[in-house]
This record gives sequence, structure tokens and C-alpha cells, in this order.
Amino acid sequence: MQEQPENWEPRIIAFLCSWCSYAGADLAGVSRCQYPPNIRVIKLPCSGRANPFYIIKSLQQGCDGVLISGCHPGECHYSSGNYYARRRFAIMKRLLEYIGVEEGRVHFSWVSASEGEKFAKVVSEVTEAVRKLGPARRLVKNEFESGATI
Amino acid sequence: MAPRIGVYVCHCGGNISEVVDVKKVTESLGGQGDVVLIKDHEHVCSEVGQKLILNDIKENRLDRVVISACSPQFQGGTFMKTMEQAGLSPYVMEMANIREQCSWAHHGQTEQATSKAVDLTKMAIAKARLDEPLEKKVLPLGKRVLIIGGGIAGIQASLDLGDAGFEVYLVEKEPTIGGKMAQLSKTFPTEDCAACILSPKMADVPNNPNVRLMTSTEVKDISGYIGNYEVTVTRKPTYVDPDKCTCCDKCAEVCPVTVPNEYDEGLTTRKAIYLPSPIAVPNSYVLDDKSCLGLFPLACSKCKEVCEVDAINYDVYPREEKFTVDTIIVATGFDIFDAREKAVFGWGKYENVYNALEMERLLAHSGEGKPLKDLGNKVAFIQCVGSRDEQVGCEYCSRVCCMYATKLACLFNREHPGKEIYIFYTDLRAYGKGFEEYYKRAQSEGIKFIRGRVAEVVEDSETKKLMLRAEDTLTRKIIESEFDSVILSVGLRPNAGTQKIASMLGLSRSQDGFLKEAHLKFRPVDTLIEGVFLAGTVQGPKDIPDTVAQASAASSRAIRLMNKGEFEAEPIIAEVSKEMCVGCGVCAEVCAYGAIEMVSSADNEGVRTAVVNEFLCKGCGNCAAACRSGAVDVNGMSDHQISKMIEVM
Repeated sequence: MQEQPENWEPRIIAFLCSWCSYAGADLAGVSRCQYPPNIRVIKLPCSGRANPFYIIKSLQQGCDGVLISGCHPGECHYSSGNYYARRRFAIMKRLLEYIGVEEGRVHFSWVSASEGEKFAKVVSEVTEAVRKLGPARRLVKNEFESGATI
Repeated sequence: MAPRIGVYVCHCGGNISEVVDVKKVTESLGGQGDVVLIKDHEHVCSEVGQKLILNDIKENRLDRVVISACSPQFQGGTFMKTMEQAGLSPYVMEMANIREQCSWAHHGQTEQATSKAVDLTKMAIAKARLDEPLEKKVLPLGKRVLIIGGGIAGIQASLDLGDAGFEVYLVEKEPTIGGKMAQLSKTFPTEDCAACILSPKMADVPNNPNVRLMTSTEVKDISGYIGNYEVTVTRKPTYVDPDKCTCCDKCAEVCPVTVPNEYDEGLTTRKAIYLPSPIAVPNSYVLDDKSCLGLFPLACSKCKEVCEVDAINYDVYPREEKFTVDTIIVATGFDIFDAREKAVFGWGKYENVYNALEMERLLAHSGEGKPLKDLGNKVAFIQCVGSRDEQVGCEYCSRVCCMYATKLACLFNREHPGKEIYIFYTDLRAYGKGFEEYYKRAQSEGIKFIRGRVAEVVEDSETKKLMLRAEDTLTRKIIESEFDSVILSVGLRPNAGTQKIASMLGLSRSQDGFLKEAHLKFRPVDTLIEGVFLAGTVQGPKDIPDTVAQASAASSRAIRLMNKGEFEAEPIIAEVSKEMCVGCGVCAEVCAYGAIEMVSSADNEGVRTAVVNEFLCKGCGNCAAACRSGAVDVNGMSDHQISKMIEVM
């Protein structure tokens, strides 16, 4: 585990499909399930909308972790978008590992509209995993300016 | 021109403000040039709050609104209406979810929740800045509907729609409507005679002035979209004019060709010119040109010579017909499982092994006092043949076999009292109205139900009796016993013709091969293709009451669309940049709706580019994520907008 700056809090971005995981996140709130406030959500129509470049962009922008979450297999509102998302993610994950982004920064999950508790659990787990890794530095755009080496 | 953005942060009567420091949020947002005003309000969704927005839009010439409050899935619709009231596009309003996904989830963490609320609101502002004033696309919708398949589902849907004043085209590939139900002896659990309850409904179809019935007709092609489906059908000649035919049977008497009769599952024979079923609609003889001695050149012509009403004409050919409809109901039904795939039971090989549909026909004949076969004194039914059997690729339960076997056993028992009847079952599923009672009655009438799957059936080559081996899983005894006849309760499979229709319309299949509904629970008769509905067993195995209910449901869903006279398509759809598209077609491949077509157009120097059909596209964005050249984007949810949202982080 790398040394962490004082008062550092991980910043995590989540891309949620509007039909399942976003609704699941709403349900978590409605059920008052508590989870770490480190996450910022972007609502997408479908996890299949998540262009792999969003992950790169997020890491470049200084996010410490990324979560993509969609409908369970077989439950995609658009029939098969989540399967495409899963395949893209699998390839993307290998690429990220290859270029030196630590495993555990980027996550993928299935959360349905009825799984508020599960959403809270997933966010807690992702936050914990990212916290352990410390700040993401690998792809951050202004890394050179801050004097760090790649 | 720079946008003029108004931001409203809601307290939600404490729901938000008890955790999030709303004042601090409004202060932290300040200082951005195009954000013209930032306000907080106790209840932005209230009438007062909405009036405030309306007034601000007018006075400050706002052209974008950001509402930082509850989930857009909760109050999004309310604020979209407010935008419309103000004369703005509802798509230039963005919401930041600081209640469900912030204040409610982060109790007691004011500092962090406030910082999150600021981020979420900034993200919404970043998105709103790039919002386009999209408009819903309105498409006129007529009252024409195509129904594919003339079984009980198609008949019910046709009558419902015809009665409601819609223009129905009912297409059936066989020479008569009625489908599988017309072949049944009686129906469970009431033992109504199938033909007696079905034939009046069949007769109503051609009598309905709004229904155009096309039998011996196959759908050749369907293109287009809701409100504009262009249908091409092939009408096969029957060589007999149904308006003239009196069903005198003289033609069949002289016809020299004898072939197995499909209506009786090949247990009887028919002539090449024949009446498709005693209750056929249209009620007319037809000439089967495949078994006829020959029409080109004419080899026989005996039927034409004896026809007194001159109904027969050999000089007719298949012809195509085109018409346009607004909606489509697919009711192509099922096929029974081909028991030859389960070779251990010997159907098609052993003389005394029948499938259930053959048994239906045997009982229908013996019920009329004209028995075709003697089934002997000891009869066994084998359940789950081609259902719940992964060996033959059918994991699902066919839902009707338990009860139809019970019914067939009861009917046979009543006709021939004192015979031994066994039903070998896996689980007895008597789930419907009156089913359990019917099952109990069958038991009390002496039908023996044995829980156990049959391993094999072996025929004695001399006596033709059948040795059947099974394990009774309740007593754990191996049963080996000789039977005179064995009936296979075959399961339901998707109709062979369904795949062709599904490909034309871009419908997807479930794992079991039946067509997939839009949502198993809440949209069970809709499909993901707008304006296309499912009725009956095309969607999955079901009995007659469920089929009829579903057909009526599909009709009412179709009416729900067409009655309005217009269809509003969401403007959040994919858009292709012609300049950037390289014509690879990956987007078209991943589209679940067939909404993207690869077109070579003259105005693009003959280069193949992707073109999005705005009425078929659902805006899921899978194509945009798949595009290798970044040529595809989604209106109102563009890569640029999402990038800007990420940059706020």
C-alpha cells in the first residue's frame, strides 16, 4: 500500500444504467442504506452506453476509482446491452492492467432496481478497495507538472 | 451565443437540507459566466417552486435549467412539463440527484455530502450547457394491423381488433384457420369439445367486416417501422373458388391420389383435393398441388370435370400482395416436440407408440363412433417427452402436458371403462383454475399416476406389445411392465416458421427459443420493437385460456397505440456523423432493434454509411460505445457531455 496524503479521500465515479443500477441506487437512498459519500454518479441509458474511453478519461481526470454497473444478465432493458458492456469491460480491464493501472481501481457489477442494499454494499466495497490502493497516479494528466515520474 | 443557465437547489423540506448545507452549495456554484442565477427553495417541485422557475425563465431569458433535488426518476416528469409550459424543450433541463443518492445515503456526514452535492450539481450544469433543445418526433398512426397466424390466438386478436373497428389483415399459411386447437378432442379441465367451442369463433372471422382473412398465405417480407410496416405476402393458389365450392365431396370421390391426412396426424388419409378439416374456414375444398398428379402439364383433371358449380380452376399461380399496416401481432404458435428425437421411446418405429396429438385425433374419431385403432387393455402415458429434458435441449416445462394427459386418460377411461391406464410423470403440475380438482377426479376414476421417469420402451417384435421400464420414485421400486399402447406426452416447441418472422422484425428469442417479451412481468405481450406484439404460444408454452387472455391483451396494447392516432418517438437517439463513419457496420451489428441500416448514398460519393431510423432507435447508445471511429453519438447524452461531466470531478 502506498503512502496516503493526509485527509485524502478517494474520488470514485460511477456509470450506472438508468433502468437497474441507477434505480437501485435510488432505492438505497429511499431505504436509507448508508454508504461512503465518495461516489459521483453519471446516469447512462444502459451499461452498454459506457464507452471504454470514459474509464480512461476518468482516470486521466484524477478519479481514483471507476464503477460501471448495469442490469443482471438476461435483464437488460435493451435486450443485450449489458452483455456488450461486460465484454468491453473484460478487454478494457486487461488493457488497464497492461498499462499499469492497479487491479481494483475499476469495477463492474450487476445491481437490479430492487437491490438497494446490494448497491450500498457494492459502493462500500469499491470505496474500500480504492482506498487501499491510495490515489491513482498512473494516467493523471498533470502528473508531469507535479513532478512525479511515470 | 452562450447559454443562460438557471440553477435551483432544493431543501425538500429538510429531506436534503438536514444533511446537505444547501446555502453552501449555492455559494460554491457561483462564479461561472453562463450560470445566470442560482437559487435555493424549500420545495422546488411545489406549485410555488414551479412558478418561480417559470417566472425566472421569462425575466432572465433562461434557456437551460438545472434542478438539484431528488431523483430525476421521481420528479423528472414534473420539471419536463414545467419546461414545456415555459415554451422550452423539456430536454434542456437537467437534474442533480442530491436526495436519494446523497442526503438520504450519507446521514451525519454534512461536509462530505455537501461537497458531493456541489459536484453532482456542477456535473448537471456541465451537461446542461451542452444540451440541445430536442423535440419529440410525432408520427401519424393509422388503424391497420397485421396478425400473423390464425390459431386461437390470432383468431381472438382478429375478432377483438375487428370488433373495435380496426382494420385487420389475418395471415395464415395453412388453408384453414383454427391452428392446433382445431385438432384437439376436448379441452381440460371442463372437457368442452374443442371443435364445438372453436368453430363458432372461426366462423366469426370471415363474417367480421373489418377482418380480411388470407389463408394459404405466407409472409414473405416485412420492412419499416411502427405506423409504416410494409408487408409482402405470398398467396398460394388453392385452385378452388371458396365462394363457389359447396363441399359436395364429388371431386374428392374421383381423385385418384391418396395421401396421409395432416389434420389427423397421418392416422387417416385424404385425397389430393380435400377439405382441410370438417370445421375448415374458409369452408371450401382445396387442391394440394404437391400431391396432385400434375397441373403443368395437366395430368388428370377429373375433379374439374365432376365439379357441378365450376369452382375449380387450374390456371392460377402464386402471387404476391403488398399492403401497409401500423402495428403487428405475432401469433405463430408452436410445434409439438418431434418424438423421434427421443429415440428410446420408439415413436415412429413401434406400431403402438403414439404422440399426444395422435391420441387427440384417435379420441376425436372414437368419440364420433368411428374408432380408428384399438389401443388395447393397458395403456401408459409418458410425461415430459421433450420437456424438462436437457438431453434434448428443452429445459423448460411445457405447462400443458400434465393436464392434457389427465384429460386424454379420463376420456379414454370413460369410453372404455375397466381398462388399466397409467400416467408416468416427473412432477404433476396442476396449477390452473380447476386443474387440481380435475387431477383428483382422474385419480378417483381409477387412473393410476406413477411418479417416475420412464427409461425406455421396448417392443416385442411378435406381439407388438411394449415393455416399459421405469422407477417409481415414491416406492423406490423398479417397474417393468407390458403395455398394449404407449402415449407420449410431447412438449411444445417454437413453431418452425417463427424464426423467419422474428428475423424480419428484429425480435429476440429467450433461451428456450420462444420469442422474448419486453418485460416478463410488466410488458408480457409487448416486444422491444415498437408496435409489435406477441400473442399465445409464440411467447412460451401456455394453455387455451392463457392464450386467449394474451391475445386480448395484445389487441388492447395495439389499440392503446393506434387509438391515439399518433406516435411520439423519444428524441434521445443515436446520431451518425457521415464524415467520420467508415461504413464498418459494427453499430448495425450490435443494435438490438435493427435501427441502423448501412446505406450507400449518392450524396456521400457512394460510400457506405450508417443511417439511424429515428422511430426504431431507443437511444440505448450501445452503437455509440461500439463505434471504432467515434462517428456515432447519442443526442442529449453525447460523449462530449459525459466528458465534461467527468472533468468536473
